[in-house]
Amino acid sequence: MNLSAHERVLIARHPQRPNAREYIDALFTSFFEMKGDRLCGEDGAILGGVALYHGRPVTVIATRKGRTLEENLRGHFGMPSPEGYRKAQRLMRQAEKFRRPVITLIDTSGAYPGMQAEERGQGEAIARCLSEMSALRVPIVAVITGEGNSGGALALAVADRVLMMENAVYAILSPEGFASILYKDASRAAQAAGVMRLTAPDLMALGVIDGIIPEPAGGAHADAAGAMRALDAAITAQLDMLSGKSGETLAAERYDKFRRMQAYTTLAPCASQGDEHEQAD
Amino acid sequence: MTDVFEKRRYRLRAMKKLLSSYLPADQMTACPKCQREMPIREKEDHLGVCPYCGYHWPLGAQKRLQMLMDGGAYTELHADLAASDPLEFPGYGDKLADARKKTGMAEAVLTATGEIDGRACVVCVLDGRFMMGSMGAAVGEKLTLAIEYALENRLPLIIFSASGGARMQEGILSLMQMAKTSAAIRRFGDAGLLYISVLTDPTTGGVTASFASLGDVILAEPGARIGFAGPRVIEQTIGEKLPYNFQRAEFVMEHGFVDAVIERGKLRAALADLLRVHEGGRT
Repeated sequence: MNLSAHERVLIARHPQRPNAREYIDALFTSFFEMKGDRLCGEDGAILGGVALYHGRPVTVIATRKGRTLEENLRGHFGMPSPEGYRKAQRLMRQAEKFRRPVITLIDTSGAYPGMQAEERGQGEAIARCLSEMSALRVPIVAVITGEGNSGGALALAVADRVLMMENAVYAILSPEGFASILYKDASRAAQAAGVMRLTAPDLMALGVIDGIIPEPAGGAHADAAGAMRALDAAITAQLDMLSGKSGETLAAERYDKFRRMQAYTTLAPCASQGDEHEQAD
Repeated sequence: MTDVFEKRRYRLRAMKKLLSSYLPADQMTACPKCQREMPIREKEDHLGVCPYCGYHWPLGAQKRLQMLMDGGAYTELHADLAASDPLEFPGYGDKLADARKKTGMAEAVLTATGEIDGRACVVCVLDGRFMMGSMGAAVGEKLTLAIEYALENRLPLIIFSASGGARMQEGILSLMQMAKTSAAIRRFGDAGLLYISVLTDPTTGGVTASFASLGDVILAEPGARIGFAGPRVIEQTIGEKLPYNFQRAEFVMEHGFVDAVIERGKLRAALADLLRVHEGGRT
Protein backbone atom coordinates (compact mmCIF):
# COMPACT_ATOMS: atom_id res chain seq x y z
CA MET A 1 0.00 0.00 0.00
CA ASN A 2 1.26 3.42 -0.87
CA LEU A 3 0.25 5.51 2.11
CA SER A 4 1.51 8.75 3.58
CA ALA A 5 3.06 8.70 7.04
CA HIS A 6 0.04 10.46 8.46
CA GLU A 7 -2.34 7.93 6.88
CA ARG A 8 -0.36 5.17 8.55
CA VAL A 9 -0.70 6.96 11.89
CA LEU A 10 -4.47 6.92 11.41
CA ILE A 11 -4.50 3.22 10.50
CA ALA A 12 -2.23 2.40 13.45
CA ARG A 13 -4.79 4.11 15.71
CA HIS A 14 -7.88 2.67 14.02
CA PRO A 15 -10.40 1.79 16.74
CA GLN A 16 -11.11 -1.58 15.11
CA ARG A 17 -7.45 -2.55 14.91
CA PRO A 18 -6.80 -5.78 16.84
CA ASN A 19 -5.63 -5.11 20.40
CA ALA A 20 -3.26 -7.00 22.67
CA ARG A 21 -5.91 -9.22 24.20
CA GLU A 22 -7.14 -10.30 20.77
CA TYR A 23 -3.65 -11.03 19.48
CA ILE A 24 -2.89 -13.03 22.60
CA ASP A 25 -6.11 -15.04 22.37
CA ALA A 26 -5.42 -15.82 18.73
CA LEU A 27 -1.72 -16.69 18.96
CA PHE A 28 -1.26 -18.38 22.30
CA THR A 29 -2.83 -21.16 24.28
CA SER A 30 -3.08 -21.56 28.06
CA PHE A 31 -2.46 -17.85 28.56
CA PHE A 32 -2.30 -17.16 32.29
CA GLU A 33 -2.37 -13.49 33.21
CA MET A 34 -0.12 -12.35 36.04
CA LYS A 35 -0.89 -9.11 37.79
CA GLY A 36 1.01 -6.74 40.01
CA ASP A 37 4.52 -5.39 40.36
CA ARG A 38 5.04 -6.97 43.84
CA LEU A 39 5.96 -3.51 45.12
CA CYS A 40 2.75 -1.56 45.43
CA GLY A 41 0.40 -1.88 42.53
CA GLU A 42 -1.13 -3.26 39.41
CA ASP A 43 -1.43 -1.43 36.13
CA GLY A 44 -4.10 -2.44 33.64
CA ALA A 45 -2.19 -0.77 30.81
CA ILE A 46 0.24 -3.70 30.76
CA LEU A 47 -1.11 -7.17 30.15
CA GLY A 48 1.39 -9.88 30.95
CA GLY A 49 1.64 -13.54 31.77
CA VAL A 50 2.74 -16.95 30.64
CA ALA A 51 1.39 -19.00 27.78
CA LEU A 52 2.16 -21.76 25.34
CA TYR A 53 3.22 -20.73 21.89
CA HIS A 54 2.93 -23.63 19.46
CA GLY A 55 3.53 -25.83 22.47
CA ARG A 56 6.51 -23.98 23.89
CA PRO A 57 6.32 -21.93 27.10
CA VAL A 58 6.76 -18.19 26.66
CA THR A 59 6.27 -15.00 28.64
CA VAL A 60 4.02 -12.47 26.92
CA ILE A 61 4.00 -8.79 27.85
CA ALA A 62 1.81 -6.31 26.00
CA THR A 63 0.51 -2.81 26.31
CA ARG A 64 -3.25 -2.93 26.46
CA LYS A 65 -5.61 -0.60 24.70
CA GLY A 66 -9.11 -1.51 25.78
CA ARG A 67 -12.25 -2.09 23.75
CA THR A 68 -14.61 -0.51 26.26
CA LEU A 69 -14.43 2.81 28.07
CA GLU A 70 -14.23 0.99 31.37
CA GLU A 71 -11.23 -1.04 30.21
CA ASN A 72 -9.60 2.07 28.86
CA LEU A 73 -10.07 4.09 32.01
CA ARG A 74 -8.52 1.28 34.02
CA GLY A 75 -5.44 1.31 31.82
CA HIS A 76 -5.23 4.98 30.85
CA PHE A 77 -5.98 4.06 27.22
CA GLY A 78 -2.92 1.86 27.02
CA MET A 79 -0.50 4.33 28.56
CA PRO A 80 1.47 2.46 31.22
CA SER A 81 2.28 3.71 34.70
CA PRO A 82 5.45 2.81 36.64
CA GLU A 83 3.67 -0.20 38.18
CA GLY A 84 3.14 -1.58 34.68
CA TYR A 85 6.80 -1.25 33.75
CA ARG A 86 7.83 -2.81 37.05
CA LYS A 87 5.42 -5.68 36.47
CA ALA A 88 7.04 -6.14 33.06
CA GLN A 89 10.48 -6.27 34.68
CA ARG A 90 9.27 -8.87 37.16
CA LEU A 91 7.85 -11.03 34.40
CA MET A 92 11.05 -10.75 32.39
CA ARG A 93 13.20 -11.84 35.32
CA GLN A 94 10.78 -14.69 35.83
CA ALA A 95 11.12 -15.64 32.16
CA GLU A 96 14.89 -15.72 32.60
CA LYS A 97 14.59 -17.93 35.63
CA PHE A 98 12.44 -20.44 33.76
CA ARG A 99 14.38 -19.98 30.53
CA ARG A 100 11.46 -19.11 28.34
CA PRO A 101 11.50 -16.53 25.56
CA VAL A 102 9.81 -13.16 26.01
CA ILE A 103 7.41 -11.82 23.39
CA THR A 104 6.28 -8.21 23.71
CA LEU A 105 3.42 -6.62 21.78
CA ILE A 106 3.51 -2.85 21.74
CA ASP A 107 0.69 -0.45 20.97
CA THR A 108 0.85 2.65 23.12
CA SER A 109 0.73 6.38 22.62
CA GLY A 110 3.38 6.59 25.35
CA ALA A 111 3.92 6.31 29.08
CA TYR A 112 1.17 7.94 31.12
CA PRO A 113 2.05 11.57 31.87
CA GLY A 114 0.25 11.92 35.19
CA MET A 115 1.17 13.34 38.58
CA GLN A 116 1.12 10.01 40.37
CA ALA A 117 3.10 8.32 37.64
CA GLU A 118 5.79 10.98 38.15
CA GLU A 119 5.67 10.63 41.94
CA ARG A 120 6.22 6.91 41.63
CA GLY A 121 9.18 7.25 39.29
CA GLN A 122 7.99 6.88 35.70
CA GLY A 123 11.49 7.71 34.45
CA GLU A 124 13.18 5.21 36.74
CA ALA A 125 10.68 2.49 35.83
CA ILE A 126 11.35 2.91 32.11
CA ALA A 127 15.12 3.18 32.60
CA ARG A 128 15.10 -0.04 34.60
CA CYS A 129 13.20 -1.82 31.84
CA LEU A 130 15.87 -0.78 29.33
CA SER A 131 18.60 -1.96 31.67
CA GLU A 132 16.94 -5.31 32.46
CA MET A 133 16.11 -6.09 28.83
CA SER A 134 19.60 -5.22 27.64
CA ALA A 135 21.06 -7.98 29.80
CA LEU A 136 18.30 -10.61 29.77
CA ARG A 137 19.56 -14.09 28.99
CA VAL A 138 16.57 -15.38 27.05
CA PRO A 139 15.35 -14.54 23.55
CA ILE A 140 13.22 -11.40 23.25
CA VAL A 141 11.04 -10.63 20.24
CA ALA A 142 9.23 -7.27 20.23
CA VAL A 143 6.46 -6.35 17.82
CA ILE A 144 5.09 -2.86 17.37
CA THR A 145 1.50 -3.71 16.43
CA GLY A 146 0.03 -0.19 16.39
CA GLU A 147 1.58 2.93 17.84
CA GLY A 148 4.97 2.78 19.50
CA ASN A 149 5.59 6.17 20.98
CA SER A 150 8.47 7.43 23.09
CA GLY A 151 10.29 5.80 25.97
CA GLY A 152 6.97 4.31 26.94
CA ALA A 153 7.20 1.99 23.92
CA LEU A 154 10.96 1.53 23.93
CA ALA A 155 10.67 0.22 27.50
CA LEU A 156 9.36 -3.04 26.01
CA ALA A 157 11.38 -2.98 22.79
CA VAL A 158 15.01 -3.60 23.76
CA ALA A 159 14.75 -6.94 22.00
CA ASP A 160 16.85 -9.32 19.89
CA ARG A 161 14.40 -8.76 17.07
CA VAL A 162 12.18 -5.73 16.72
CA LEU A 163 9.39 -6.14 14.18
CA MET A 164 6.68 -3.79 13.01
CA MET A 165 3.30 -4.45 11.49
CA GLU A 166 3.20 -2.87 8.07
CA ASN A 167 1.00 0.06 9.16
CA ALA A 168 2.42 0.46 12.65
CA VAL A 169 4.37 3.58 13.57
CA TYR A 170 7.31 3.87 15.95
CA ALA A 171 8.61 7.26 17.04
CA ILE A 172 10.29 9.40 19.64
CA LEU A 173 6.93 10.99 20.43
CA SER A 174 3.39 11.17 19.07
CA PRO A 175 3.16 13.42 16.00
CA GLU A 176 0.93 15.74 18.08
CA GLY A 177 3.53 16.01 20.85
CA PHE A 178 6.29 16.45 18.31
CA ALA A 179 4.41 19.24 16.53
CA SER A 180 3.60 20.94 19.80
CA ILE A 181 7.29 20.96 20.80
CA LEU A 182 8.85 21.86 17.46
CA TYR A 183 6.13 23.93 15.81
CA LYS A 184 4.37 25.04 19.01
CA ASP A 185 1.21 23.79 17.34
CA ALA A 186 -0.19 20.32 17.98
CA SER A 187 -2.59 20.63 15.05
CA ARG A 188 0.33 20.34 12.63
CA ALA A 189 0.64 16.64 13.50
CA ALA A 190 0.17 15.51 9.90
CA GLN A 191 3.10 17.66 8.83
CA ALA A 192 5.17 16.35 11.73
CA ALA A 193 4.41 12.76 10.78
CA GLY A 194 5.81 13.52 7.35
CA VAL A 195 9.27 14.44 8.66
CA MET A 196 9.54 12.07 11.63
CA ARG A 197 10.40 8.88 9.71
CA LEU A 198 8.02 6.82 11.77
CA THR A 199 6.71 4.27 9.27
CA ALA A 200 7.92 0.69 9.12
CA PRO A 201 9.71 1.13 5.76
CA ASP A 202 11.45 4.28 7.10
CA LEU A 203 12.63 2.50 10.22
CA MET A 204 13.75 -0.53 8.25
CA ALA A 205 15.86 1.78 6.08
CA LEU A 206 17.34 3.44 9.18
CA GLY A 207 18.27 0.03 10.58
CA VAL A 208 16.15 0.51 13.70
CA ILE A 209 13.88 -2.50 13.11
CA ASP A 210 14.54 -6.00 11.81
CA GLY A 211 11.43 -6.82 9.86
CA ILE A 212 8.05 -5.72 8.58
CA ILE A 213 4.98 -7.92 8.99
CA PRO A 214 2.65 -7.54 5.99
CA GLU A 215 -0.92 -6.57 6.75
CA PRO A 216 -3.98 -7.67 4.79
CA ALA A 217 -5.26 -5.25 2.16
CA GLY A 218 -6.96 -2.33 3.88
CA GLY A 219 -5.02 -2.83 7.11
CA ALA A 220 -5.18 -5.21 10.08
CA HIS A 221 -8.64 -4.02 11.07
CA ALA A 222 -10.03 -5.09 7.69
CA ASP A 223 -9.01 -8.72 8.19
CA ALA A 224 -7.99 -9.43 11.76
CA ALA A 225 -7.54 -13.15 11.16
CA GLY A 226 -5.15 -12.44 8.29
CA ALA A 227 -3.17 -10.06 10.47
CA MET A 228 -2.94 -12.69 13.20
CA ARG A 229 -1.61 -15.28 10.76
CA ALA A 230 1.06 -12.92 9.46
CA LEU A 231 2.10 -11.98 13.00
CA ASP A 232 2.22 -15.63 14.01
CA ALA A 233 4.43 -16.57 11.08
CA ALA A 234 6.84 -13.72 11.77
CA ILE A 235 7.22 -14.43 15.48
CA THR A 236 7.68 -18.14 14.86
CA ALA A 237 10.41 -17.51 12.31
CA GLN A 238 12.29 -15.17 14.65
CA LEU A 239 12.01 -17.44 17.69
CA ASP A 240 13.30 -20.37 15.65
CA MET A 241 16.36 -18.35 14.71
CA LEU A 242 17.02 -17.30 18.30
CA SER A 243 16.24 -20.51 20.16
CA GLY A 244 19.60 -22.19 19.57
CA LYS A 245 21.64 -19.38 21.13
CA SER A 246 22.99 -19.35 24.65
CA GLY A 247 21.91 -16.66 27.10
CA GLU A 248 25.38 -15.09 26.97
CA THR A 249 25.33 -14.94 23.18
CA LEU A 250 21.85 -13.42 23.14
CA ALA A 251 22.75 -10.70 25.64
CA ALA A 252 26.03 -9.93 23.85
CA GLU A 253 24.39 -9.74 20.43
CA ARG A 254 21.57 -7.61 21.79
CA TYR A 255 24.13 -5.22 23.27
CA ASP A 256 25.89 -4.96 19.93
CA LYS A 257 22.62 -4.45 18.09
CA PHE A 258 21.78 -1.32 20.09
CA ARG A 259 25.42 -0.27 20.29
CA ARG A 260 25.31 0.07 16.51
CA MET A 261 22.53 2.67 16.65
CA GLN A 262 24.97 5.36 15.60
CA ALA A 263 24.91 8.56 13.59
CA TYR A 264 27.57 11.18 14.10
CA THR A 265 30.30 13.13 12.44
CA THR A 266 33.55 14.65 13.64
CA LEU A 267 34.33 18.34 13.67
CA ALA A 268 37.68 20.06 13.93
CA PRO A 269 38.44 20.33 17.66
CA CYS A 270 37.16 23.57 19.15
CA ALA A 271 40.13 25.83 19.81
CA SER A 272 38.42 28.10 22.28
CA GLN A 273 36.79 27.06 25.50
CA GLY A 274 33.92 29.26 24.39
CA ASP A 275 32.99 32.52 26.00
CA GLU A 276 30.90 31.98 29.04
CA HIS A 277 27.47 33.03 28.06
CA GLU A 278 24.74 33.63 30.52
CA GLN A 279 22.12 30.97 30.72
CA ALA A 280 18.74 32.32 29.71
CA ASP A 281 16.82 33.00 32.91
CA MET B 1 5.26 46.90 53.62
CA THR B 2 5.05 46.82 49.85
CA ASP B 3 6.24 50.39 49.82
CA VAL B 4 9.44 49.46 51.56
CA PHE B 5 10.17 46.72 49.07
CA GLU B 6 9.27 48.88 46.15
CA LYS B 7 11.63 51.57 47.41
CA ARG B 8 14.32 48.98 47.84
CA ARG B 9 13.79 47.67 44.33
CA TYR B 10 13.90 51.20 43.03
CA ARG B 11 17.14 51.87 44.92
CA LEU B 12 18.58 48.62 43.56
CA ARG B 13 17.69 49.59 40.04
CA ALA B 14 19.20 53.03 40.55
CA MET B 15 22.31 51.50 42.03
CA LYS B 16 22.56 49.09 39.14
CA LYS B 17 22.35 51.97 36.73
CA LEU B 18 25.00 53.86 38.61
CA LEU B 19 27.24 50.80 38.85
CA SER B 20 26.97 49.99 35.19
CA SER B 21 27.81 53.56 34.28
CA TYR B 22 31.03 53.39 36.30
CA LEU B 23 31.82 49.74 35.59
CA PRO B 24 30.58 48.96 32.11
CA ALA B 25 32.05 45.45 32.28
CA ASP B 26 30.30 44.63 35.52
CA GLN B 27 26.84 43.73 34.32
CA MET B 28 24.00 42.93 36.63
CA THR B 29 21.85 39.85 36.70
CA ALA B 30 18.68 39.00 38.58
CA CYS B 31 17.93 35.78 40.41
CA PRO B 32 14.95 34.15 38.68
CA LYS B 33 13.69 32.82 42.01
CA CYS B 34 13.98 35.74 44.46
CA GLN B 35 14.40 38.49 41.86
CA ARG B 36 17.32 40.06 43.72
CA GLU B 37 19.73 41.80 41.44
CA MET B 38 23.45 41.33 41.76
CA PRO B 39 26.56 41.83 39.67
CA ILE B 40 27.29 38.81 37.50
CA ARG B 41 30.66 38.68 39.23
CA GLU B 42 28.97 38.11 42.57
CA LYS B 43 26.92 35.27 41.10
CA GLU B 44 30.09 33.72 39.66
CA ASP B 45 31.92 34.07 42.98
CA HIS B 46 29.14 31.99 44.51
CA LEU B 47 29.49 29.18 41.93
CA GLY B 48 26.32 30.29 40.20
CA VAL B 49 24.26 29.99 43.37
CA CYS B 50 22.16 32.94 44.51
CA PRO B 51 23.74 34.21 47.76
CA TYR B 52 20.31 35.38 48.94
CA CYS B 53 17.96 32.46 48.29
CA GLY B 54 20.17 29.54 47.24
CA TYR B 55 18.80 29.28 43.70
CA HIS B 56 21.16 27.22 41.50
CA TRP B 57 21.65 28.63 38.03
CA PRO B 58 22.31 26.06 35.32
CA LEU B 59 26.03 25.68 34.83
CA GLY B 60 28.00 25.26 31.60
CA ALA B 61 29.90 22.00 31.21
CA GLN B 62 33.38 23.54 31.11
CA LYS B 63 32.70 25.60 34.23
CA ARG B 64 31.27 22.60 36.01
CA LEU B 65 34.46 20.63 35.39
CA GLN B 66 36.74 23.52 36.31
CA MET B 67 34.86 23.78 39.58
CA LEU B 68 34.88 20.07 40.26
CA MET B 69 38.19 18.58 39.19
CA ASP B 70 41.50 18.87 41.04
CA GLY B 71 43.14 22.09 39.98
CA GLY B 72 40.30 22.61 37.52
CA ALA B 73 42.14 20.24 35.17
CA TYR B 74 40.66 17.57 32.94
CA THR B 75 41.36 15.80 29.66
CA GLU B 76 38.52 15.79 27.22
CA LEU B 77 37.49 12.55 25.48
CA HIS B 78 36.12 12.55 21.93
CA ALA B 79 35.83 16.34 21.85
CA ASP B 80 35.29 16.40 18.10
CA LEU B 81 32.33 14.03 17.95
CA ALA B 82 29.19 15.85 16.79
CA ALA B 83 25.68 15.46 15.41
CA SER B 84 25.42 14.61 11.73
CA ASP B 85 21.78 15.54 11.07
CA PRO B 86 20.96 11.94 10.07
CA LEU B 87 17.33 12.68 9.14
CA GLU B 88 18.21 15.92 7.31
CA PHE B 89 15.73 17.65 9.52
CA PRO B 90 14.68 21.13 8.38
CA GLY B 91 16.46 23.87 10.34
CA TYR B 92 18.52 21.49 12.47
CA GLY B 93 21.84 22.44 10.88
CA ASP B 94 21.38 26.10 11.84
CA LYS B 95 20.37 25.20 15.36
CA LEU B 96 23.52 23.12 15.75
CA ALA B 97 25.70 25.91 14.39
CA ASP B 98 24.16 28.40 16.84
CA ALA B 99 24.63 26.07 19.78
CA ARG B 100 28.25 25.41 18.83
CA LYS B 101 28.95 29.12 18.60
CA LYS B 102 27.24 29.82 21.90
CA THR B 103 28.98 27.10 23.90
CA GLY B 104 32.27 26.47 22.13
CA MET B 105 31.34 22.79 22.31
CA ALA B 106 30.78 20.41 19.42
CA GLU B 107 27.90 18.70 21.19
CA ALA B 108 25.67 18.92 24.27
CA VAL B 109 27.86 16.71 26.42
CA LEU B 110 31.44 17.08 27.52
CA THR B 111 33.16 13.84 28.52
CA ALA B 112 36.49 13.86 30.31
CA THR B 113 38.91 12.14 32.59
CA GLY B 114 40.55 13.75 35.56
CA GLU B 115 40.90 13.49 39.31
CA ILE B 116 38.69 14.44 42.20
CA ASP B 117 40.59 14.63 45.48
CA GLY B 118 43.37 12.57 43.94
CA ARG B 119 41.09 9.83 42.60
CA ALA B 120 40.93 9.25 38.87
CA CYS B 121 37.47 9.10 37.33
CA VAL B 122 35.49 9.67 34.15
CA VAL B 123 33.11 12.61 34.29
CA CYS B 124 30.44 13.47 31.72
CA VAL B 125 28.55 16.75 31.87
CA LEU B 126 25.49 17.57 29.80
CA ASP B 127 25.20 21.24 28.97
CA GLY B 128 21.73 22.79 28.97
CA ARG B 129 22.90 25.71 26.81
CA PHE B 130 23.39 23.34 23.87
CA MET B 131 19.92 22.63 22.50
CA MET B 132 18.62 22.12 26.04
CA GLY B 133 21.18 19.40 26.65
CA SER B 134 19.12 17.10 24.46
CA MET B 135 20.41 13.64 23.59
CA GLY B 136 20.77 12.86 19.91
CA ALA B 137 22.88 10.10 18.40
CA ALA B 138 26.17 11.96 18.92
CA VAL B 139 25.46 12.67 22.59
CA GLY B 140 24.45 9.03 23.06
CA GLU B 141 27.62 7.88 21.32
CA LYS B 142 29.88 10.17 23.34
CA LEU B 143 28.30 9.01 26.59
CA THR B 144 28.56 5.35 25.57
CA LEU B 145 32.22 5.76 24.56
CA ALA B 146 32.93 7.42 27.92
CA ILE B 147 31.14 4.63 29.79
CA GLU B 148 33.10 2.02 27.83
CA TYR B 149 36.34 3.92 28.49
CA ALA B 150 35.58 3.90 32.22
CA LEU B 151 34.84 0.17 32.04
CA GLU B 152 38.05 -0.65 30.17
CA ASN B 153 40.12 1.38 32.60
CA ARG B 154 38.08 0.33 35.63
CA LEU B 155 37.42 3.92 36.64
CA PRO B 156 34.44 5.26 38.54
CA LEU B 157 31.94 7.18 36.43
CA ILE B 158 30.10 10.39 37.24
CA ILE B 159 27.46 11.81 34.90
CA PHE B 160 25.94 15.26 35.44
CA SER B 161 22.60 15.43 33.67
CA ALA B 162 20.94 18.61 32.47
CA SER B 163 18.64 17.81 29.61
CA GLY B 164 15.23 18.27 28.10
CA GLY B 165 15.44 14.61 27.02
CA ALA B 166 15.85 12.93 23.66
CA ARG B 167 16.57 15.32 20.78
CA MET B 168 13.49 15.69 18.56
CA GLN B 169 15.43 16.53 15.39
CA GLU B 170 17.00 13.07 15.27
CA GLY B 171 13.71 11.30 15.87
CA ILE B 172 13.85 7.58 16.53
CA LEU B 173 17.66 7.57 16.50
CA SER B 174 17.56 9.75 19.63
CA LEU B 175 15.16 7.31 21.24
CA MET B 176 17.58 4.47 20.51
CA GLN B 177 20.29 6.28 22.48
CA MET B 178 18.24 5.65 25.61
CA ALA B 179 18.58 1.92 25.03
CA LYS B 180 22.24 2.19 24.06
CA THR B 181 23.34 4.24 27.07
CA SER B 182 21.24 2.16 29.49
CA ALA B 183 22.77 -1.03 28.12
CA ALA B 184 26.27 0.44 28.50
CA ILE B 185 25.53 1.48 32.09
CA ARG B 186 24.22 -2.01 32.82
CA ARG B 187 27.37 -3.63 31.46
CA PHE B 188 29.50 -1.14 33.41
CA GLY B 189 27.58 -1.89 36.61
CA ASP B 190 27.77 -5.66 36.13
CA ALA B 191 31.57 -5.27 36.19
CA GLY B 192 31.31 -4.01 39.77
CA LEU B 193 32.14 -0.41 39.04
CA LEU B 194 30.70 2.72 40.62
CA TYR B 195 28.39 5.07 38.71
CA ILE B 196 27.22 8.27 40.37
CA SER B 197 24.43 10.14 38.60
CA VAL B 198 24.06 13.82 39.47
CA LEU B 199 20.77 15.40 38.40
CA THR B 200 20.84 19.13 37.77
CA ASP B 201 18.20 21.52 36.54
CA PRO B 202 16.44 20.31 34.45
CA THR B 203 16.69 16.53 34.00
CA THR B 204 13.65 15.31 32.10
CA GLY B 205 12.30 13.04 29.38
CA GLY B 206 14.48 10.40 27.80
CA VAL B 207 17.49 11.24 29.93
CA THR B 208 15.54 10.67 33.15
CA ALA B 209 14.14 7.50 31.57
CA SER B 210 17.61 6.10 30.83
CA PHE B 211 21.13 6.50 32.25
CA ALA B 212 20.29 9.34 34.66
CA SER B 213 18.02 7.08 36.74
CA LEU B 214 20.41 4.14 36.79
CA GLY B 215 23.12 5.40 39.17
CA ASP B 216 24.38 3.32 42.08
CA VAL B 217 24.12 6.66 43.83
CA ILE B 218 21.84 9.43 42.59
CA LEU B 219 22.47 12.98 43.77
CA ALA B 220 20.65 16.17 42.83
CA GLU B 221 21.21 19.88 43.10
CA PRO B 222 18.65 21.83 45.15
CA GLY B 223 15.53 22.85 43.28
CA ALA B 224 16.44 20.91 40.12
CA ARG B 225 13.44 19.83 38.10
CA ILE B 226 13.55 16.06 37.67
CA GLY B 227 10.89 14.08 35.88
CA PHE B 228 9.85 12.12 32.85
CA ALA B 229 6.88 14.04 31.47
CA GLY B 230 7.22 17.80 31.19
CA PRO B 231 5.12 19.92 33.56
CA ARG B 232 3.12 21.37 30.65
CA VAL B 233 2.10 17.94 29.41
CA ILE B 234 1.04 16.85 32.90
CA GLU B 235 -0.97 20.03 33.40
CA GLN B 236 -2.76 19.32 30.12
CA THR B 237 -3.46 15.74 31.20
CA ILE B 238 -4.84 16.54 34.64
CA GLY B 239 -6.28 19.94 33.79
CA GLU B 240 -4.80 21.80 36.72
CA LYS B 241 -1.74 23.79 37.66
CA LEU B 242 1.10 21.90 39.33
CA PRO B 243 2.47 23.06 42.68
CA TYR B 244 5.92 24.68 42.58
CA ASN B 245 7.66 21.90 44.45
CA PHE B 246 6.36 19.14 42.12
CA GLN B 247 9.25 17.35 40.36
CA ARG B 248 11.82 19.39 42.29
CA ALA B 249 14.89 17.59 43.64
CA GLU B 250 13.61 17.67 47.25
CA PHE B 251 10.23 16.27 46.19
CA VAL B 252 11.84 13.53 44.13
CA MET B 253 14.08 12.63 47.07
CA GLU B 254 11.04 12.39 49.38
CA HIS B 255 9.47 9.98 46.90
CA GLY B 256 12.52 7.74 46.98
CA PHE B 257 14.30 8.40 43.71
CA VAL B 258 17.27 10.50 44.84
CA ASP B 259 19.79 9.62 47.56
CA ALA B 260 20.72 13.15 48.56
CA VAL B 261 20.16 16.75 47.53
CA ILE B 262 23.49 18.54 47.75
CA GLU B 263 24.30 22.21 47.30
CA ARG B 264 26.73 23.00 44.54
CA GLY B 265 29.39 24.22 46.98
CA LYS B 266 29.41 20.85 48.76
CA LEU B 267 29.22 18.55 45.73
CA ARG B 268 32.95 18.12 45.26
CA ALA B 269 33.41 17.04 48.87
CA ALA B 270 30.44 14.65 48.64
CA LEU B 271 31.76 13.07 45.46
CA ALA B 272 35.23 12.76 46.99
CA ASP B 273 33.70 10.95 49.97
CA LEU B 274 31.77 8.55 47.76
CA LEU B 275 34.84 7.83 45.63
CA ARG B 276 36.87 7.13 48.77
CA VAL B 277 34.28 4.69 50.13
CA HIS B 278 34.08 2.84 46.83
CA GLU B 279 37.79 2.84 46.13
CA GLY B 280 38.79 -0.23 44.22
CA GLY B 281 35.25 -1.35 43.59
CA ARG B 282 34.75 -5.09 43.15
CA THR B 283 37.94 -6.87 42.24
